[in-house]
Amino acid sequence: MKRIISILMENESGALSRVVGLFAQRGYNIDTLTVAPTDDDTLSRLTLTTQGDDHMAEQIVKQLHKLIDTIKVVDLTQGAYIERELMLVKIKATESHIRTELKSCVEIFRGHIIDVTPVTYTVQLAGDSEKLDAFIEAVGEMGIMEVVRSGVSGIARGDKFLRV
Amino acid sequence: MELLSGGEILIRALKDAGIKHVWGYPGGAALHIYDALYRQEDVHHLLVRHEQAAVHAADGYSRSTGEVGTALVTSGPGATNAITGIATAYMDSIPLVVISGQVPLTKIGQDAFQETDMVGVSRPIVKHSFLVTRAEDIAETIAKAYYIAATGRPGPVVVDIPKDVTDPSYKVPYAYPAEIKMRSYQPTDKGHRGQIRRAVKTLIGAKRPVLYTGGGVVLDNASEHLIALAKKLNYPVTNTLMGLGGYPGTDPQYLGMLGMHGTYEANTAMHHADVIFAIGARFDDRVTNDLEKFCPHATIIHIDVDPTTVSKNIEAHIPIVGTCNSVLPEMLALIEQSETTPDTDAIAEWWQQIDQWRADKGIYTASRYEESSGNCIKPQDVIKMLYKVTEGKAIVTSDVGQHQMFAAQYYLFDKPRTWINSGGLGTMGFGLPAAMGCKLAFPDCDVACVTGEGSIQMNIQELSTCSQHNLPVKIINLNNAALGMVRQWQDMNYSSRYSESVYEDSLPDFVKLTEAYGHVGMKITHIDELEEKMREAFAMKDRVVFMDIDVDRSEHVYPMQMPGGSMRDLWLNKTERT
Repeated sequence: MKRIISILMENESGALSRVVGLFAQRGYNIDTLTVAPTDDDTLSRLTLTTQGDDHMAEQIVKQLHKLIDTIKVVDLTQGAYIERELMLVKIKATESHIRTELKSCVEIFRGHIIDVTPVTYTVQLAGDSEKLDAFIEAVGEMGIMEVVRSGVSGIARGDKFLRV
Repeated sequence: MELLSGGEILIRALKDAGIKHVWGYPGGAALHIYDALYRQEDVHHLLVRHEQAAVHAADGYSRSTGEVGTALVTSGPGATNAITGIATAYMDSIPLVVISGQVPLTKIGQDAFQETDMVGVSRPIVKHSFLVTRAEDIAETIAKAYYIAATGRPGPVVVDIPKDVTDPSYKVPYAYPAEIKMRSYQPTDKGHRGQIRRAVKTLIGAKRPVLYTGGGVVLDNASEHLIALAKKLNYPVTNTLMGLGGYPGTDPQYLGMLGMHGTYEANTAMHHADVIFAIGARFDDRVTNDLEKFCPHATIIHIDVDPTTVSKNIEAHIPIVGTCNSVLPEMLALIEQSETTPDTDAIAEWWQQIDQWRADKGIYTASRYEESSGNCIKPQDVIKMLYKVTEGKAIVTSDVGQHQMFAAQYYLFDKPRTWINSGGLGTMGFGLPAAMGCKLAFPDCDVACVTGEGSIQMNIQELSTCSQHNLPVKIINLNNAALGMVRQWQDMNYSSRYSESVYEDSLPDFVKLTEAYGHVGMKITHIDELEEKMREAFAMKDRVVFMDIDVDRSEHVYPMQMPGGSMRDLWLNKTERT
């Protein structure tokens, strides 16, 4: 089962490599990974997605928590959560009917066309990973040149939050 | 405020951290530090002959005293040579601070001479690591390093210091932090009260209990609490390889070591137990054998300070995260207040069963191997003789292999921190440098390194360190002219095809070699001379004595768990199995 693990950690050099190293060392896979400083720039928020059963997820959370640089670790998939991923897609758009079709597709998926040239459209789309997959499926025939995905960011629903 | 250079700050911070001894080896990137070391007398440095030995010596010092050990090495090869020592300490949760020199900050990343990314290379085998980038940060980093190494589940911490950070011409105010607080690191020691209550209830209700105790009891100095609890309940106790000495080896409630080379009674009792109380042990694969077949009837109570250890290999029914020396006294108090008491009939019946197992196949109720005779000295008899000659009071270090298992089985450790071995990583070459660390800490105590002709050659250069720093350890070399444990496996699993496990005629003359280092060498080839020579060796209090003892080359270590079996599935000797 897909797991979304959210980590609040010290924004220090080497902290990220410890998290990534742990996954390699313990034989876990990382499917996606995003990291950036929070509003408090001494802290970083990291979201990663992986696959695993309950036992494995529990071990991953415990192992991550054991790292000295991590402050809080949660498996968001244990409760209600929201996930978002940002995707940029560059699509070959030379013919006018493709341009029209693409525009309507982008509208349906509530994306934006953020760059236009005579031969390409670049689309920005945000949503959960499945929505992004669906968009790729929908426009796949039109000639995708490049796909850039940010990886999943997640946050718990309701009044739960991760803060020091 | 006093102005000091980075190198001076480092040494002063070591002093303020309470460090008296540092094992190490100088080199280019560490020279500013070594110069600061030269100009003071508070911190005593011991020069080794190889950086791996520096870390093992610091490790042996830590294991025997309970204090944090310290090693100092240079960058590049100095740092990478330290890696095996660090990994050894990491696997056995030994608190160490390893300080490595690094190329100057301005050179990092340029493939400079003797540059290695030490923080990167050591990452999977440290509890934590630091790269110090300013002289101003050294004191606080050192304080944090010792705090992290010693608290929670202990472990090695690496502090990598670039050469320009220790520049003697750059001086900054020195202040050692009075207290360390880290928002990201707050180890728990107290166990959950409700879980402890449940554990006590289950423990009191047990009919076939076993206390299975590990290195955590030793690391936590919780031996007295364990003894009090075991005595109060009259329950049997078995120790892991790392836990030996945590419960007295000569106590009647002691079943001997468990696991791959554990006793018949310990392994069989574990298999039939209805309650297993794991205390500071981690259900290592060398204990459990096949996890699917592990102790099918048992309710598992597990105390460990490290949450990741609980339910990692075996699901604990009652997990308790906390230190042994916090949780055990709390449990004992609850047991004493409890209205229910153990079922004495059931426990008596359990003891009767255990005594039967002991009498049938135990290694302490009868000799389960052929006797030594003439020039055929049994390695087990050497360990028994060592026990007799040292009256069971020596600190015994070991290397890795058959001799390690014989020492673990036949030297009955009554006190914690007297059995010093690389249990988790299984590092050959650990024994001699570790013995140096123990001897430094306990100069008046006999320190014996039980080794083999394979292991000893992995760090034999340290005989020179013993001379320089006057560390008169005793070396018991069980010489069977082969990598004994490898050969045993080749006998058992590879139809005695001895692939690269024998030395043919290439072994050195250990007596001459020892003498070349200025020590005393002894060759022992006959059982009748064993006691006299060993007594003679231990009577030479101020000399290193190397006892090269020819032992039976065909001997195997038994009992031995059968691969893929349960705990009680054992080979008892070459032909008999359970």
